[in-house]
Amino acid sequence: MDFVAPKIALSGIAPEIALAATALLVLLADAFIGDRPRTLRPEHGSARPGSGILGNRWHLPLLSLIGFGAAVYLALDAWDRVDATGATTQFSGMIAVDGFSVFVKITLAVFGALTILLGHEYLVRRDLEEGEFFALVLFSVAGMMLMASSADLIVTFLALETFSIALYVLVGYQRSRLDGQEAAMKYFLLGAFSSTFFLLGIALVFGATGSTNLYGEGGITSFLATTPAADLSLLVLGAGLLIVGLGFKVAAVPFHMWTPDAYQGAPSPVTGFMAAGSKLAGFAALLRLLDVVLFPLRWDWRPLVIGIAVVTMIVGSILAVVQDDIKRMLAYSSIAHAGFVFTAVIATNDRGISGALFYLATYGLTIVGAFAIVAVLGGPEERRTRVNDFRGLFAAHPLLAGILTLLMLSLAGVPITSGFVAKLVVFGAAVEAGYTWVVVVGAIASAIAAFFYLRILVVMYMVDAEVAEEPKAVMGPLSIGVIGLSAAATLVLGLFWSPLIELAEKATFFAGP
Amino acid sequence: MTFAASTLPTDEATFAQLIFGAPLLGAVLLLFFGKRLGKLSGIIGSATVGIAFVFGVLSFMDLTSIATGHGENARVLTKSWFTWIEVGDFNVHMSLVIDQLSIVMVFVITGVGFLIHVYSIGYMSSEENYGRFFAYLNLFIAAMLLLVLGDNLLVMFIGWEGVGLCSYLLIGFWFEDRANATAAKKAFVVNRIGDFSFLLGIFLLAVSAGTLTFAGINESAVSGAIGGSMATVGALLLFGGAAGKSAQIPLYVWLPDAMAGPTPVSALIHAATMVTAGVYMVARTFPLFEAASFDVLLLVAWVGGATAVITAIVAAAEYDIKKILAYSTISQLGYMFLALGVGAYSIAIFHLVTHAFFKALMFLGSGSVMHALDGETDVRRMGGLRKVMPITGWTFMMGWLAICGIVPFSGFFSKDAILAGAWADGQYVLWGLGVATAALTAFYMSRLYLRVFEGGVVMPEGTHAHDAPPTMAAALIPLGILSLAAGALNFPGGLTFEHFLEPVLGEPEVAHGLTAWLLGGAATVVAVGGIAVAWALYLRAGGLQVRDRTERMLGPAVRAARNKLYVDRTYETLILQPGRDLAVFCTEVVDRKIIDGAVNGTGKLVAGSSELLRRLQTGYVRNYAAAFLVGVVVVFSILIVRVAA
Amino acid sequence: MPITYLLILSSMLFSIGVYGVLARQNAVLILLSIELMLNAVNINLVAFSAMFGAEGVAGQVFALFIIAVAAAEVGVGLAIVILIFRNRSNVDVDEMSLMKW
Repeated sequence: MDFVAPKIALSGIAPEIALAATALLVLLADAFIGDRPRTLRPEHGSARPGSGILGNRWHLPLLSLIGFGAAVYLALDAWDRVDATGATTQFSGMIAVDGFSVFVKITLAVFGALTILLGHEYLVRRDLEEGEFFALVLFSVAGMMLMASSADLIVTFLALETFSIALYVLVGYQRSRLDGQEAAMKYFLLGAFSSTFFLLGIALVFGATGSTNLYGEGGITSFLATTPAADLSLLVLGAGLLIVGLGFKVAAVPFHMWTPDAYQGAPSPVTGFMAAGSKLAGFAALLRLLDVVLFPLRWDWRPLVIGIAVVTMIVGSILAVVQDDIKRMLAYSSIAHAGFVFTAVIATNDRGISGALFYLATYGLTIVGAFAIVAVLGGPEERRTRVNDFRGLFAAHPLLAGILTLLMLSLAGVPITSGFVAKLVVFGAAVEAGYTWVVVVGAIASAIAAFFYLRILVVMYMVDAEVAEEPKAVMGPLSIGVIGLSAAATLVLGLFWSPLIELAEKATFFAGP
Repeated sequence: MTFAASTLPTDEATFAQLIFGAPLLGAVLLLFFGKRLGKLSGIIGSATVGIAFVFGVLSFMDLTSIATGHGENARVLTKSWFTWIEVGDFNVHMSLVIDQLSIVMVFVITGVGFLIHVYSIGYMSSEENYGRFFAYLNLFIAAMLLLVLGDNLLVMFIGWEGVGLCSYLLIGFWFEDRANATAAKKAFVVNRIGDFSFLLGIFLLAVSAGTLTFAGINESAVSGAIGGSMATVGALLLFGGAAGKSAQIPLYVWLPDAMAGPTPVSALIHAATMVTAGVYMVARTFPLFEAASFDVLLLVAWVGGATAVITAIVAAAEYDIKKILAYSTISQLGYMFLALGVGAYSIAIFHLVTHAFFKALMFLGSGSVMHALDGETDVRRMGGLRKVMPITGWTFMMGWLAICGIVPFSGFFSKDAILAGAWADGQYVLWGLGVATAALTAFYMSRLYLRVFEGGVVMPEGTHAHDAPPTMAAALIPLGILSLAAGALNFPGGLTFEHFLEPVLGEPEVAHGLTAWLLGGAATVVAVGGIAVAWALYLRAGGLQVRDRTERMLGPAVRAARNKLYVDRTYETLILQPGRDLAVFCTEVVDRKIIDGAVNGTGKLVAGSSELLRRLQTGYVRNYAAAFLVGVVVVFSILIVRVAA
Repeated sequence: MPITYLLILSSMLFSIGVYGVLARQNAVLILLSIELMLNAVNINLVAFSAMFGAEGVAGQVFALFIIAVAAAEVGVGLAIVILIFRNRSNVDVDEMSLMKW
């Protein structure tokens, strides 16, 4: 009997498949060629690659990077297809293949690759196992990518869990750190808790529409087109819970409580990855859900999201002011940034969507660099992450202090940095949609935010005699490379932003029914 | 009047980027190698600014060599580097413009900037972070040049933020002292308020005018493409930014505190250049202000006039030499806004120029005094210093006479023109405010000058006053000459300066003929009166104490015979005491309580609510879950209400 | 059986789960409470699925997915619990507040 394999178009999730396959390969290779740390293999002894940072442990990171390279290649390939034939869906309408998802995937691959580079050096210096780390990063990026291209709430849920579970483990990766364990526990419990609400939301949407599919026949889009407004109440309530679940992932107030603790306790490369990737994935799902699928219901969900945006911007900025720990402060700042992106979500126009993509891409590049600097200055257990520990940084490492200045100015939204352009774009979209007052609130929030970025700068340039211990950066070529890249991206995108914005605009088209 | 819209990137202004590139290069050099270069930093810093000045002269020659056959507007040189933003029809080019207005600003910035750099070589010679100081100073010059050369609001905003940052860094230059760091922070925060207003204005204009170039905005303002109400909001927002940077009511409070920085910084940034950025901005965008349906210009004039009077009163009650000069600067900036508000734009710029000369001169002179007296700033502990330090004394006298408005010093011509402009505009109350300010100015500046430089020699014990060292003198003397002679730029009759600026700023309407003579005469009388009162009260007050002691010895009979004393007393109770009370009221209540209170209050509100909110972050995961649940309930309630409705 | 009964059962179960998460101090019990909530959602989905008949088979499929994912989640959760137990020899979540404010 002949077995005829069913024809399945894979181009839509080829990047995810490549990443998952690479992750499995990494795990497999780790078992054979992986270099176990001394603590587990005492006989290994003096052969530690302490001096050469790449040492003899370059196989796994290289493999992971190849995986990301393949993912980017496959994403570009998918781009060519959708560019030629238009957006489609695959897997019986479960996967959307459109410009939006491709843009998000490439951005995520870049974040992932940067995390691998940083993580490699971070782990080798701290003598920690590497194989699982790379595999987890690969898996979680695969999950995040799937978030962007899911056209069915089942897929969205699976993608959400895929990257969340990987992140729970990554947060507590440095097992010896008490705060790391605690962070993992808190993040996990709250994450699981919020997932159940997300699921309840899906159940309600299913109950209202009889489908979990976004675009397909009988799916949510066509349901909305054919049903009178009065019968939509269950759907609106379900959508509210979906916003709650995704709001948790992007750290929107009041679902943000995990953020400072998890960001503080996690190893800094992971924190940077969470800030950049998790936010992008969450917003990708939110943008598709709210601005495209639930667009007809915008009058129902918009007041709610405006409320979330306003509260998030204000609370994030205000709480950051009094933080003494720089990771915690950046966590609150990331909350505020989520609020700024929400102003683009409420605009519900193409400019808002492309603006949000631009915002998240530039913010990710900046924040990864900022946490890389925290990582190289933090010491082995990241105990030196208080703002005062940065005292005298300019005297000790002028160039590093200069770069940190640039990154902080970008986060504050000062011109000639990418952060300024990003704010300009999202605020512009909201103004265009007629929500000027939200932008005014955003401007006030950024004014408050200028306080705490400034505080770091002031401390850094102090050269007084009271410096208990001079900041000491421990960094190798990989960290330097990532920090340099982040700084360069922040500056270059602050000066020549048009290409990236145009790309984001070009990518703003979605699969439809 | 027509405006040339800059649609195509052009490359006419050969030297524009060199003007601002030279100090930028200097800043980068000094920032990285400042420590190694040692004393060479000062020379490099000064030289780059000097080079910028030379390029400014070359650009000026370029500009004047253009044939003016196709109307005056042909005299504009632009330089585009690249397209910065291109979103649909909306373009922003990274481009610079050299026209009559920006070249004047370039001359002021690089000219006065150069002299102040040279001065700083001597003034900061014993400073540890010598290189860093010049790096910041050069960076400031570069940013300020970018601000005035930018041909659109966004480029201007970059310069705007850049000068703000440099100002912050330089006010807090001696940040080891907590007060200085606080002052720097205050300046930064207050400026941020203005900056956000400016930024919102930029957003608004980008949306409503579809362009950010000055030419484009002005054109759509004149043609009515921007509606009257939109223009009103835009102009108000821009003016909010200008009021912050140029220290006008209610945002002036940062400037007196900013005197915590080194004196050359006060002279350069907080007198001659940065604080005038707001004046420049309003002058640049004046058609927008004129297109507003609500009379924003009148508001500008009133804010300027009120600021001028109130801060002049405060200045009269201060004893700190730098604080007096700071309040005086605010007061003079008020004059400039008054001029803008009555439509005399080129006169505002003229006063900006003369003020840059004489106020920078006086700041540098006060720096020289402080340098000589080991940092003493209290005028009550100084006296007769012209005998001890003649160069400082004589040059300061030039500045004093200029600001008092005595013929033929430069200040007379610019101030007189402002008053004449207010009169011609029919704003007689504003004219009255201006005259009152003129009298007060003459009074408090004379009080300062006479106390410090005339009369018997008074110095704090243990100081050995000496005159300014050569580099400092080298800056004082040219500025002294300019304060004396800069009026020649715009002598009545010739009015060279106004005509030069006419293509950009239009022709100001001022009083003519007999009225002009009468107004000028009135201003002079008032100025002389102010000086006379100061002379009577302060220069002779030193003698008064001596007389007092004699009287006590000789008994009450003689004392009673001295009627003049009662006159002085009457002056004291009837004029000075209420004046002082008003001044105290302005300083203590209006300035410290209301305005400072509002600023500090905002800060406290943020910090306080932050302290309160962070208590919610208890660290207990169950509380986090509870907060999450509260959020869910709120979301659900909102949606249920929404659905039910 | 009217679908209302099932929905009431589901919401009661969900609420009990929420209460458990908020009221228990033991991390394992919190995990169990979360399982309760997940199963409440499962009941919900299956009930809706039955309501829609053959068209609504997606609901049952989804319930299976949830069961599988929940297992993975509990695996990671218990691993974290064990890690913490090793260090502190209890799993009381109220003693985990190194990081706050």
